Amino acid sequence: MLPADVETLLDAALVAELTVVTPAGSPVTYPLIPLYDGRTISMTSAVLFSRKLEHLRANPKVSVALSDPVGVPAEPFARATVQGLARVLDEEDPHTAWERLLPLWRAKEPAIDKLVKQRFGLPLFFERVVIEITPVRSLFWPAGDTAAPPQVVELARSR
Amino acid sequence: MVRLAVEEAVRRGASYPHAVLSWVDTDGFPVSVAGPFRSAGEEVRVGPLSGSVRPAAGQEVCLTFSHIRPQPGVGYDQRRYVNLWGPATEDGDEVAIRAVRASGWDEAETPFVEYAERNVGTGLAFLAERGRRPRLPAFWRFFLATRLPFLTATIVPVALGGAVAAHDGRFAWGWWLLALVSAVAAHLGINIANDLADAEGSDAVNVTPTPFSGGSRVLQYELMSRQRLLALALAMFGVSAAIGLWLAAARSWWLLALGAAGLVLGAGYSVPPLRLVHRGLGEPVVALGFGPLMTAGTYLAVTRDWSWPAVYASLPVGILIALVLYVNQVPDRRADEAVGKRTLIVRWSRERVIGAYAASVAVAFALIALGPVLDDQPAWTLIALPAIALARPVLTGLRESYDAPYGLLKAMAANIGLHFATGLLLTAGWLLAAVL
Repeated sequence: MLPADVETLLDAALVAELTVVTPAGSPVTYPLIPLYDGRTISMTSAVLFSRKLEHLRANPKVSVALSDPVGVPAEPFARATVQGLARVLDEEDPHTAWERLLPLWRAKEPAIDKLVKQRFGLPLFFERVVIEITPVRSLFWPAGDTAAPPQVVELARSR
Repeated sequence: MVRLAVEEAVRRGASYPHAVLSWVDTDGFPVSVAGPFRSAGEEVRVGPLSGSVRPAAGQEVCLTFSHIRPQPGVGYDQRRYVNLWGPATEDGDEVAIRAVRASGWDEAETPFVEYAERNVGTGLAFLAERGRRPRLPAFWRFFLATRLPFLTATIVPVALGGAVAAHDGRFAWGWWLLALVSAVAAHLGINIANDLADAEGSDAVNVTPTPFSGGSRVLQYELMSRQRLLALALAMFGVSAAIGLWLAAARSWWLLALGAAGLVLGAGYSVPPLRLVHRGLGEPVVALGFGPLMTAGTYLAVTRDWSWPAVYASLPVGILIALVLYVNQVPDRRADEAVGKRTLIVRWSRERVIGAYAASVAVAFALIALGPVLDDQPAWTLIALPAIALARPVLTGLRESYDAPYGLLKAMAANIGLHFATGLLLTAGWLLAAVL
């Protein structure tokens, strides 16, 4: 389980930076909404933007950074990075499977309900794949001060 | 992500309040650290950062600048971000990155719908590799394929023809409804034929579709096959022709000529060999088909007689529906030009397009204003004149958003409203003249 301070950031975050590793070993960062259920961090990707999914299938190691005081409106402000192992749930039906995350999504982006009702206008955007991230380590910077060493919490022995 | 020139990306990055530095740590996990930064040329320095979390000397890092604006009760907007990649070097409490490549996205420059449209191929390939296709319920596929909301273009002239017949004391619900169903089916068939004709042409290269332009996209999104779409078009034309033949036999054989002209113009609008819209003739064809042909045809079906007042009444409606097509072609013009679809919008300058729009609206409303003088139009039809106010937001939109397809949405909607409101008010004018 993640430290409470990190969970607070995850619950507040409208955007997080998901970093994946390409087959060439390069990090690539994507801003996405993190959806945290108390156990795993879920993100969804439209099939339109599926390159990250290909990278994740080849290498499941990821980091999720909570860095932006505007996009992560938590009080008091802090920063965190969660490292974890991602599962790309692409065996699920991309038309409907992601809808189970709507309660968490709606809490952060209420307009999603209106968009879902109009999904006929952008059908491929609503063919979505769930990325489920199991945290293995967290780094936490109180007050967002990254000039200081982070508080590191190991969440799993096997990495 | 869109590839960016490195210096441009660094310049853009400078406008963000902080940067996120990401690299792959020794056990293979990415790690990200945010911090303040300063930049010059192709170099960005992030820090001060703790010495305990740093990339190795010379290690490739990804530097991200990201922004959203929260919108309470809605979500957020103003999405934009920039990614830079390059080797990192330590310098005191800073990490210096000499960027060698960059990418990013700014929805103010590339609207989300366009960004998504540019990635449709990626999405379809991803689904195909897993044996899947995009799905929508049958109703919504029919709604999209036939472009159902555009039926106002047919409902208005048919209603007007019925109103003129009612004014003359000769309205008959049964014949009017048959005329309406035949016209609706023809219109839906024409819309599908237009999609089939443009599938390999302008719709294929159009990356800025809107709800009003760029085709239905059912083929581009693989929601329906060509064969199924063709079958649907033929079914629509079949229904229209069958009812049209019945009406011709029962009411007037002149309906056969009108119906044939309508189908030839409708299909020939976009289908070879005529492809009238490619020749800059789309507007007059639409004005004729969705103006006099439908209004006078409806009157003929209902009363068995020709009516010149019905033809006159339909002229403003025909002009205004042609202007709907005209304005909706503005966001499509680059795609149209790329495939040799030489619409008036492609041929003319921005100033000429806007000027011709204003002049055409003026002609349409002058015809309404002068109707009781020049022709036997009831004075009650003058109640349609205030609808001209709806042209103002269209002109404003054209002037301000000519090069911004999604900025034109309100103008395109107002333009459709201009046709619909004017047509309904004209219809009401004829009906009021009949009962008062």
